[in-house]
This record gives sequence, structure tokens and C-alpha cells, in this order.
Amino acid sequence: MNVVSTEIMPDDPVVVPEKKAHMDAILDANRDRPGATMLVLTLLQEEFGYVSLPMQNYISEQLKVPLSHIYGVLTFYSSFRMTPIGRHQVNVCMGTACYVRGGPTVIDKLEQVLGVKVGETTEDNRFTLDICRCVGACSQAPVVMIDDDVIGRVKPQDIAKLLRKYE
Amino acid sequence: MTQIRLTIDGETVEVPAGTTVLEAAEKAGVRIPTLCHHPDLTPTGACRMCMVEIEGMRGPTTACTLPATDGMVVKTKTEKVIDLRRFVLSMLLSDHPNDCMRCEADGNCELQDLVYEYDVEWPTHTGLRHNRPVDSDPSPVILADMNKCILCGRCVRVCSEIQGCDVWNFSERGFDTVIVAGAKQDMLAAGCESCGNCVAYCPTGALFDRVAKGWGRAAHQKKVRTTCTYCGVGCQFDFNVNTQTGKITRVTSTPEAPANGMALCVKGRYGWDFIHSDERLTTPLIRDDSMTEGQYPGFREATWDEALDLVAQKLVYHRDNNGPDSVGYLSSAKCTNEENYLMQKLARAVGKTNNVDHCARLCHASTVAGLATALGSGAMTNSIADCTGEAKLYFVTGSNTTEQHPVIGIKMRKAIREQGVKLIVADPRKIDLCNLATLHLQHRPGTDIALFNGIMREILVNGWEDKEYIAARTENFEAFKETIMKYTLELTEEITRVPADKIKEAARLLAENKPGAVFWAMGITQHTTGTMNVMSLANLQMLLGNLGVRGGGVNPLRGQNNVQGACDLGALSNVYPGYQKVVDPAMKEKFEAAWGVKGLPDKIGLTVVELMNAAHSGEVKALYILAEDPMTSDPDLNHVREALQNLDFLVVQDIFMTETAKYADVILPGACFAEKEGTFTSTERRIQRVRKAVDAPGISRPDWQVLCEVATRMGYPMHYNTPSDIMDEIAATTPIYSGVHFWRLDAGEPLQWPVRGDDHPGTPILHVGQFARGKGLFTANEHIEPREAPDDDYPFTMTTGRVLYHWHGGEQSRRSKNLMALYPEPLVEINPDDAARMGIAEGDKLQIASRRGEFVARAWVTDRVASGLIFGTMHFPAGNANWATGAFLDPIAKIPEYKVSAVRVQKIV
Ligand code: SF4
Ligand code: SF4
Ligand code: SF4
Ligand code: FES
Ligand code: FES
Repeated sequence: MNVVSTEIMPDDPVVVPEKKAHMDAILDANRDRPGATMLVLTLLQEEFGYVSLPMQNYISEQLKVPLSHIYGVLTFYSSFRMTPIGRHQVNVCMGTACYVRGGPTVIDKLEQVLGVKVGETTEDNRFTLDICRCVGACSQAPVVMIDDDVIGRVKPQDIAKLLRKYE
Repeated sequence: MTQIRLTIDGETVEVPAGTTVLEAAEKAGVRIPTLCHHPDLTPTGACRMCMVEIEGMRGPTTACTLPATDGMVVKTKTEKVIDLRRFVLSMLLSDHPNDCMRCEADGNCELQDLVYEYDVEWPTHTGLRHNRPVDSDPSPVILADMNKCILCGRCVRVCSEIQGCDVWNFSERGFDTVIVAGAKQDMLAAGCESCGNCVAYCPTGALFDRVAKGWGRAAHQKKVRTTCTYCGVGCQFDFNVNTQTGKITRVTSTPEAPANGMALCVKGRYGWDFIHSDERLTTPLIRDDSMTEGQYPGFREATWDEALDLVAQKLVYHRDNNGPDSVGYLSSAKCTNEENYLMQKLARAVGKTNNVDHCARLCHASTVAGLATALGSGAMTNSIADCTGEAKLYFVTGSNTTEQHPVIGIKMRKAIREQGVKLIVADPRKIDLCNLATLHLQHRPGTDIALFNGIMREILVNGWEDKEYIAARTENFEAFKETIMKYTLELTEEITRVPADKIKEAARLLAENKPGAVFWAMGITQHTTGTMNVMSLANLQMLLGNLGVRGGGVNPLRGQNNVQGACDLGALSNVYPGYQKVVDPAMKEKFEAAWGVKGLPDKIGLTVVELMNAAHSGEVKALYILAEDPMTSDPDLNHVREALQNLDFLVVQDIFMTETAKYADVILPGACFAEKEGTFTSTERRIQRVRKAVDAPGISRPDWQVLCEVATRMGYPMHYNTPSDIMDEIAATTPIYSGVHFWRLDAGEPLQWPVRGDDHPGTPILHVGQFARGKGLFTANEHIEPREAPDDDYPFTMTTGRVLYHWHGGEQSRRSKNLMALYPEPLVEINPDDAARMGIAEGDKLQIASRRGEFVARAWVTDRVASGLIFGTMHFPAGNANWATGAFLDPIAKIPEYKVSAVRVQKIV
């Protein structure tokens, strides 16, 4: 039920030779340092923008650190991502005003339309879905931000149309 | 260690420095409530239940993490801390389902108990609550409901610190913090070994045994302390029996278990459900070929009287007409000590033959023979606790410890991970322990002697041997040395294919890390050179001075739950109970007097494989087999089948219609370990009680009662009121058990033999100061090639063994729904290179054939085996590797060479 897809995306750093070499360099430079796990994860996040499950598996093997620990660290700090960032960033406001005026329904709809969960990126790399704090447009709640555009009074049924202009 | 004094709630208590306030309070008799704390686990201070006030400290603090200091004044029951605890509990309840009414953990939940004790009201807030899936993991044995999780983190620590699997961890943070397996995977995908130890430590109903769901809660259960029926580690646990249904509901562990504490493996905790299997035999059966229908075609149901009379009459007939040695008796390493004693008494006193043996012949006969020669006693020399806890190095060879003796395996893993114990694995397969090994010597199967000799030569060449020890405690060193010196690095590498630098490294590690403990199992014993393999390991430990010391020793890990006891009690063709020789006239006289008979046989009887050969040739006409299954466990099964078919009379006493029972003339239904009283002796020579938890099904009876009936009907009245009476007779005739009595065991005395008298405490370590035989004997052992080498027709070498989830012939484990859900069918390990070359993919059906027979199993493509090697098991009848193994025997111990057979492998399309 919980299974995270073990499928490896074609552009995952573990299968792209140059990226893999880069990863290895980071691992080698840091494996004997105290706190190596945190250090390596931070550097890989900076380098690639995310730490995928195949990467986590590889790091676990290399550093001999249990996968469950790596996953724990990645989910504890909000600066980490497990999927690459898409070309467009969809952020649903979950500030108080938006929350009470339908934010959660907007998220449900977005998850359904995009076929991903919050925090994930669509397979075609087009959108990354996330939530954010109050963006200061409470009067127009519920608010969704797509890249730098602030879109207010979002109705779930308009969402599919809204997304169309972001290629 | 310096002592400190502190005051807790007015009580003064003295404790060693380094003790926590919580531990000190316990010593002072003051109870501080806890949730995240457990004495077996590293304290984390996560739950804040154990808050106390310390005079002079600002604000309350957690007792479980605070070291006690001299002069400290602790208050555990101030209004302030009580309020705090109530607040903690109230916070936990605010995100906990109000489900005690139907929760499995009701009556057995630490949260429930504390909420009751502190009288915390159900919070009425309307804020956020999590609503997580109630059965969130598909594990067939564990039920996870994270709504009931209080984030104590015990499961995380158990799985890491005790089990060494690191399955669980915290993920997310703040209000959303949740326990997940691996990277939010299924538990099994995250490396779970299904030991259920996390369930055992979980304080609430968040983790529970899936099997026990709906079977009844604490209020209707009684607990019965007993000993596991699977392996020789000898774990103890409590059967929980529902007093309304009379059925076992689950196994719970107890910190009082001497060998294992709270830890169990998957078989012990979840493999017991065969007990209530509807395949259990419930009534005696007699062969009747006119019966073609029904549950057991070829058999009809019979009364006990009819079946027992027939058995007695047939055994007497063959004894009197074809001679006592025309009858054979196979005893059982699954049965109790008392039953093994009675079986050999029946064979010897009533049957007048020493043709009594059991499957130890197939697993550790060479250990017993080899160690008896070298040291004078054939058992594990040290205790599990000291050889895993105090050794600086483990030398593990021919033992896949984490799968075969799992609880010893986890103790090793813990010591390696936490104390930096060095590990050398010498094994042709890359077993799981290799992940933690300092060094893995992957030698060619059947080259153990050459490998050990090569290592010992390196030790000698460098002068690393313990010269003083050798001079004082051993003999025959020079002759040994002469042989060893032939095994140069070059020669050893050539024979074993282990690179020379690894051999050197092994010698150095052994010399630098003392004491070191040697462990082995069937990978050493099941060879035509088995006895010499064992003697070589004794040589190694004498050379290093590692015998008779804590943390050292030669430690053969015995397979079955009671294989040690079955040997101890004389279910062997050459010895009476206590290894007293049948050829010794004084012993004959002693047992004639004890048993009130004349003319006990004084010639050594036939062993397991010899009995089958004699049945095949017609010399043996009748066999009485007690709870053994040669049709799965013996080598060369086609030969065994012919032998059984050739018998005039076969009686099988067992709990299931086993493969062997299918050939029987009479089948007597026995009781399993949960249905009778008795004792088992574990691998560390520990004698432990087995207790009756439930009634045997139908009219089946405890085996000791059946044996008494048969003896009586054969004209030798045999009667005991209880197994305790049998043990008293054992104590009177068997010096190493002479102080063993049920009343001592029931009082909780931990007895490891030799127990020399009623006031003798037992012997945790053998050979301290002196060997049983006086001086330790160095022996010179030369490498001999295994009997079968791969050739053009049979190009693969096959080796055999077991897996974590099954047991031997699988008669029990295949009837456990839990174990079958985890491991449903036989697999054969094959190397990826071989598989690629032959176009074999994971899961393909393979036919494995030797000169003797063939079997079918699915491929597991893995580098656990080297190229040219395959690995098969004996757990499933059709996929049993023993159709292909050969009955080549070690000339001394008569153990067959299961570990090396030449086979060919074919993909079936
Ligand atoms: S699952 Fe049980 S043991 Fe694990 S953290 Fe939750 S309550 Fe504690
Ligand atoms: S069952 Fe055992 S291996 Fe599996 S998660 Fe629990 S403690 Fe870990
Ligand atoms: S380790 Fe052995 S004795 Fe312990 S529970 Fe497992 S099978 Fe039973
Ligand atoms: S709460 Fe959404 S913009 Fe302020
Ligand atoms: S028991 Fe001390 S903090 Fe949990």
C-alpha cells in the first residue's frame, strides 16, 4: 500500500553517467566526515535539486546508513525534495483564510488533475505541486500561485483550464 | 566502580555511578511511570512521562535520561510533575482514537494503564486529529495502525538496536510526525525479517500480531511459559491461550527468557499455528489398501488398543524370530528428553538392540565424534551469552547464523555493530552476515581442512600461537605441526581458491583479537571429512589458547530444538544416556540393574543411514520411527523410499501425515510440544521446561505415554505418572544430568549440563582449567577432495541448507499459514553469470538432477552463490534437494555429505 515507486526515471542521477560521477565525487569527499549523511544529502540537494529514492538507496549502500534514516532526514527538513522540480511551480496557499475558504478542495482537485501528490512532480516534468503559507492576498482566497502569478478566487472546476497556458 | 548515594521520595539508595535516576528509583522501590523507556533500549527522553523534580534544579526533568549524582534529592510525586504527566497523557489522547472498546491491546496497553492511573479525561477539543489508514501495511504477520502510535520510538530502537534491521524510523515532523518503514515502503520491502520484536516492545495497539486479531484479549487469556520447538537456540516465550476457546492466540516474549530475553525470530513468534492445523492426525491409523477414499487413502481409523497391540505383536515377532537386530528404532530431536530416554530404553531393554539412532547423525554426528576425540566432550563449550557477548572476534564457518539460529545471529549483529567485534566468515556462500564481516573467505565447498590448515600455518610461521597454553594443556603438537607446515599459502590458495592475502589477513585477525569464538553448523559437519573438519577447528582454538575461556570456545550450533537432548539421552546407536558406551561392560551392568533386565546388547547398533541401507537389503525388517521424517531429511530419497517399501513392518508416530508416514503400516498420532510436559536441551546445554498449553487434537496422546504402552504390551511393564518421574530416573542413571529435576527447573534455576548433583549449579563453560579428556589432543588432518566433483555431465556443485522462514523437512513450517505467506515455495540460488549464460531469469522453473535423482524449484538469481555453485533446500517435498544428494558417509561419524553433490541444471519451459 505504501510502496514508493522503485522505478528509476531515465534522467535520475543514478543512471546518467556524468551525474553519477558527480554523486560519487560528493560521496567520496565526505564519507569519512562526522555527520556524513546530512552533509551528503545537503550537497546532493543543492546539486540536483532533489534526492530521489534510487539516490537514497545508493547513498544508503555507500554510506552504510539505513534507508529509513535517510528517509527520516529528508522528510524532517523542509529544504529537501525527493522528486525533481518541474518547469512550473504550483503552490496552493494554506494560510488560514485560504484554508477555511476551500484551499483543501483546491489541493484535492489539483492532485487529481495532475495525478501527483503534494510535493511531487508530474511525469512529464511540467508541474510541481506544493503548498505555501499566506501570500498576503487573503481577500481573494483561495489563492494559488503558479510560478510568479497570483491567482485568486480559484474554483476547482476552473483548474484544468488555468493550467493550460503553462507549457 | 564508585558508589553514589541519593534520596528518592525520602528513601536513601546506593547505586554505582552512571546509573540513571529511573534505575536508582527502581532500586529504591519507587515506581516512576514511563512510556518511551525500555530497559533493553537506549534511553531517548522522548515521551516526558518520567518527569521528576530534583532539588536545586530548575524545572522538572526526565528520569530515564538523567544520570544520578551523589547527594541528589529526587521527588517523583509532586503536584507539579503529576500535572505534567497528566498533560502529556492528555496530549497523547488528543490525537488518539477512542477505540479501547475493540482494540486488540485492551488490557495489555501501557497508555491505557497510565490514563487510568492518572485519571485523565478524554479531551473534548475539536482541533486536528490524524485519520490514518487502520491497517497500513500488508505484512502477513504484523498489523500496523499508526493512529494508535504514541511516537515513543521503541519500535525504531528495537529494530535497529536488537534486530539490526533498521526498518522503522520517524518521518515528517511536528504534528505530522509518523513512523514509517524504510522510505515509506512496505515493511517487507524495507528489509523486515518479520521477527515481530517491534510488536513485542510497542506499548500500545499500534503494532500487533495480525494472526491474533479477533482471537481474544488479555482478560480471557492465560500465559504458559514454554520453549520453542524450532531451533536449538532454546528461546523461551509465553503461549497466550484463550481460556474460553482453548486455543492458542499468540506468542508473547518475556524478559525472563534466559537465552533470548524479549527477542524471538519469525518461526518462534509466528510459526506455531501448525498446532491448530486441521491436517493434524487425530486418531491411530492402520494400513488398509481397500480404503481408496477419505482423508487418508490406504488407511483406516483404529482404536488405540488395536493399533498398539499390532505394533507390539509385530515388534516382538521380529525380535524373536529374526533376531533383535532385525528391528530398528528412530528417535526424535523434536521430542522431549524424557521421550528420547524412553525410546532408547524401549529399544535396548525391551527390543534388546542398539539399533536406535536419530537425525543428529545427519547434522552433528561429526561434531560429537570430533570434539570427543580432541577435547573429550562433544558439545558447545561456551554459553550463548559469553561467546557472543565477550568475544573480540567471531569465526563463523558453515553456519548461516542469522537464518538458522536467528537469535544468536542478532546477538552477533548487535555486538559487531555496537562493540566493534571483528567477524570472519568462511563460507562458500555470501550469506547475510557477510555484509558485516571484516573478512569473507569464500572457499570452494569441501576444502575446509585445507583452509584452516593454511590459516594455522600462517599463525605458526609468525609465531602467533599461544605457546604457554599449548605446552600446559595440550598434546601431540609436533605431529600436528608437521602436517600443517605442508599447507603453504600457494597450496592453500590452489586448493581453496581463497587468495593468499586473505588467508594471511585471517591469521592476523585471529591472532590480534582474542578471545575469539568459533561457530559452525552443517557447513562443516555434513562432509565425508566432517569429523576432521571439526577436529581442525579444535586445533585452531587450542593453537590460539581460546578454549576454556569466556568469549572463546568451539561452538557448534545444534539444529533442532532438542537435538542436544536426544544425543544426551542416548538416542544414538553407540551410547547409553550421558554418552556412556554400550561396549563398556560396566555400563551394561549398570543399566541392566537400573532397568531390571538381563542381556542388554553390547554391540554398537546401526546408525540412521545404515539402518536405511539394512532395510534396503532386507536385514532390517521392522522400523519404529518416532517423529522423524527420513523421506525428506535423508540423503538420496529414491533409495530411502525403496528401503521403506522393502520393510515388513513400519510404524510411524507423528503429528502429521508425513512423507514417511505414507509408507507406514501403523500410524500413531502424537502430541506436539504445546500439548505435553517435558524438557528440551538447547545448543548451550541448557535444560528447559516445555509445558502443556492446550489439549492434543482428537484422541492423540503424548508420545511418552504411547512409548510406555508399547513397552508394556511387549511384555516389559513401563509406567510413569509424569515426565517429572522420568527425569528423576534419568538423573539417577546419567551423571551429566544427575542434578536435573523438574522441581529445580520450575523454581527457575538455569541449568546447563554437566549438573553433577542436586546442589550443583550446572556448567556454563566447559574445559575451564582442564579438558574433559585431560590434555587437549592436536590432530593432523589432511585435505581430502569431496566424493563427487563436477564433470561434463553434472557441471554444477550443489550445496544445501535452510532458510529463515522454514524448518527442516517443513512438516511443521509448511503447515504454518504465517510462514507460508512469507515463503511459499522452494527456491534454488544460482549465480547471475551462470543464469545469464543459460538464459535463466529470476523465477524460472529449474530442474536439478544428479546421478541419483532430481527435483524442481524456482530460480533465485543472486550472487550469494559463486559461479558454478547452486544452493537448494529440503523444506518442500517436490522441491527437496535430497532427491539429488548422495549418501556418501564420513567414515568415523557416518554423517552423509549433503554439502557437495554434482548436479546439472535445466530450465523447464
Ligand atoms: S508504533 Fe508503537 S513502538 Fe513504534 S513509536 Fe508507535 S507506539 Fe511506539
Ligand atoms: S518485525 Fe522485526 S525486522 Fe520487522 S520491523 Fe519489526 S523488529 Fe524490524
Ligand atoms: S531463534 Fe530459534 S528458538 Fe528462538 S524463536 Fe527462532 S526458532 Fe525459536
Ligand atoms: S491565507 Fe491565502 S493568501 Fe493569506
Ligand atoms: S520514559 Fe523517560 S522520557 Fe519517556
